[in-house]
Amino acid sequence: MNHPIPLEIYRPEIGILPVRLPLYGYKVPAGFPSPADDYIESRLSLDEHLIQHKDSTFFVRAKGNSMVGAGIFDGDILVVDKSLEPGFGDIVVAVVEGEFTVKYLARQGESVILKPANARYQDIILKDGQELQVWGVVTSTVKQFRR
Amino acid sequence: MPIALVDCNNFYVSCERVFNPRLEGKPVVVLSNNDGCAVARSNEAKALGVEMGQPWFQMQDLAKRHGIIALSSNYTLYGDLSARVMSILSDFSHNQEIYSIDECFLDLDGFDPNTLMDYGHKMRQTVRQSTGIPVCVGMADTKTLAKLANHCAKKGLAGSNGVCNFGSMDEQKLSTLFSGIPVGEVWGIGRRISAKLNEMGILTIQDLRSSDPEYIRQQFSVVVERTVKELNGIPCIELEDAVQPRQQIMVSRSFGNEVSQLADLSESISYYATLAAEKLRHDGSVASSLCIFVRTNPFKDDVPQYSRSMVVPLLRPTDDTLKLVHASLQGLKQVYRTGYGYKKSGVLLMGLQPKGTVQASLFDEPEDQAKSDSMMRVMDAINRKMGKGSVTVASSGVRTRWAMRREKKSPSYTTEWGELPVAF
Repeated sequence: MNHPIPLEIYRPEIGILPVRLPLYGYKVPAGFPSPADDYIESRLSLDEHLIQHKDSTFFVRAKGNSMVGAGIFDGDILVVDKSLEPGFGDIVVAVVEGEFTVKYLARQGESVILKPANARYQDIILKDGQELQVWGVVTSTVKQFRR
Repeated sequence: MPIALVDCNNFYVSCERVFNPRLEGKPVVVLSNNDGCAVARSNEAKALGVEMGQPWFQMQDLAKRHGIIALSSNYTLYGDLSARVMSILSDFSHNQEIYSIDECFLDLDGFDPNTLMDYGHKMRQTVRQSTGIPVCVGMADTKTLAKLANHCAKKGLAGSNGVCNFGSMDEQKLSTLFSGIPVGEVWGIGRRISAKLNEMGILTIQDLRSSDPEYIRQQFSVVVERTVKELNGIPCIELEDAVQPRQQIMVSRSFGNEVSQLADLSESISYYATLAAEKLRHDGSVASSLCIFVRTNPFKDDVPQYSRSMVVPLLRPTDDTLKLVHASLQGLKQVYRTGYGYKKSGVLLMGLQPKGTVQASLFDEPEDQAKSDSMMRVMDAINRKMGKGSVTVASSGVRTRWAMRREKKSPSYTTEWGELPVAF
């Protein structure tokens, strides 16, 4: 701070509100412990189930219908792990001309292509000199039917 | 004992690029709060001559000519990516000191010196792949030297591919390297000390390194003497333990437009107290007192100036948003004066302690406490699910005339369900 700020101590007024004093604050628990106590385990967590590497996992919203054949619909949430090494057959989020696209990573002859899961969409084949940049590997999707 | 300093390259710009690949290869600057001045620059922007701290209005011409892209700072995003980077790096050492949002020291004691370069490359590669953030690694026997090694790695002065280990260079190589770097690049040597050193004929790092530490202490201080020793590989600055529990929580902002009405100030103070309370609960702490402050714009010397703060002790340490907001507003009413244009306000929570250790007081009502706890849990849960500020205290307002100017802010890609990045 550029200028010193004078400090002042301020005390709240006590006594405006009536103060009720609890005589017995807590009920004393008595009796036998629950027989289920020994069997308690932590509940299932979707986070743990869907996310293997929490520091490298991001959520991405799917847009459009290019992957309906793979069960990815408009509006689904993609769980994307950036730390995984992408392989052929994986569904990946890739960067094409500055935009994110979700497609299958596939091979066609010598070259690597991005393959949609919808016959109405075309394969993305990179032109000479264009480098395929895989942003992350899609490990699962979250689809909500009702909120 | 080898130490590594890992530092993210142009961190804020790199964060923006992870989620907006279009920014790759373009000159990008990130602006400070209220879109004031440049706080981060891409290499392309540096090459165009954009200086750190340069006001945005001064760059308008340059920006138009070269298509510089300016972004408002998105600290939510930077904070999340920082936490990820630090967590990944913590796996590389048993002892990590997080030094700032974008750099940390790692203790590499016990590692085979011959494998350190490879280890550095592995850190770099892992962080890059897992988060998209590029980092550089500097390694040496002291913190000061590790900082310097990092600088050399980043500038390509020594080492390879963003990793530099002074431990693998012989004395002759080091002294040649240090003879070419101005003394001002050393960690802890500021502009003033640097100017005085230059007057004494100490121009380069090598000059400082070969100075007599005793003499330096007489001329400056024990701090600069330590720096000389550290430059010679004698550790004087300990690695500090990872996470110090927070002593206080501060939430303050400058206003986009100056405000003069008590109503507007009350809204801002309520909002900051709400944010501070959320942080408090996240840490599992309670606050024993708080301090609120307001001030006018000290850079406008033609208008009347006013600046005041007030400490409000709390009857009982609490983490309850309603109680903290109430106390903050009581404080504000005491310090508020009409006739000023206020530029900044804030709330500081003090005397933090772990929630479980609070001494019960004579005036406690356990049922109240339980009620308050469950309400705060619901509030936090809703805000987590529906987005920040979905449920808040009414006094923080809905019009927010005072809100900070952040016109060019990128979405909260990792913290809001409604703002996730989109893939076609």
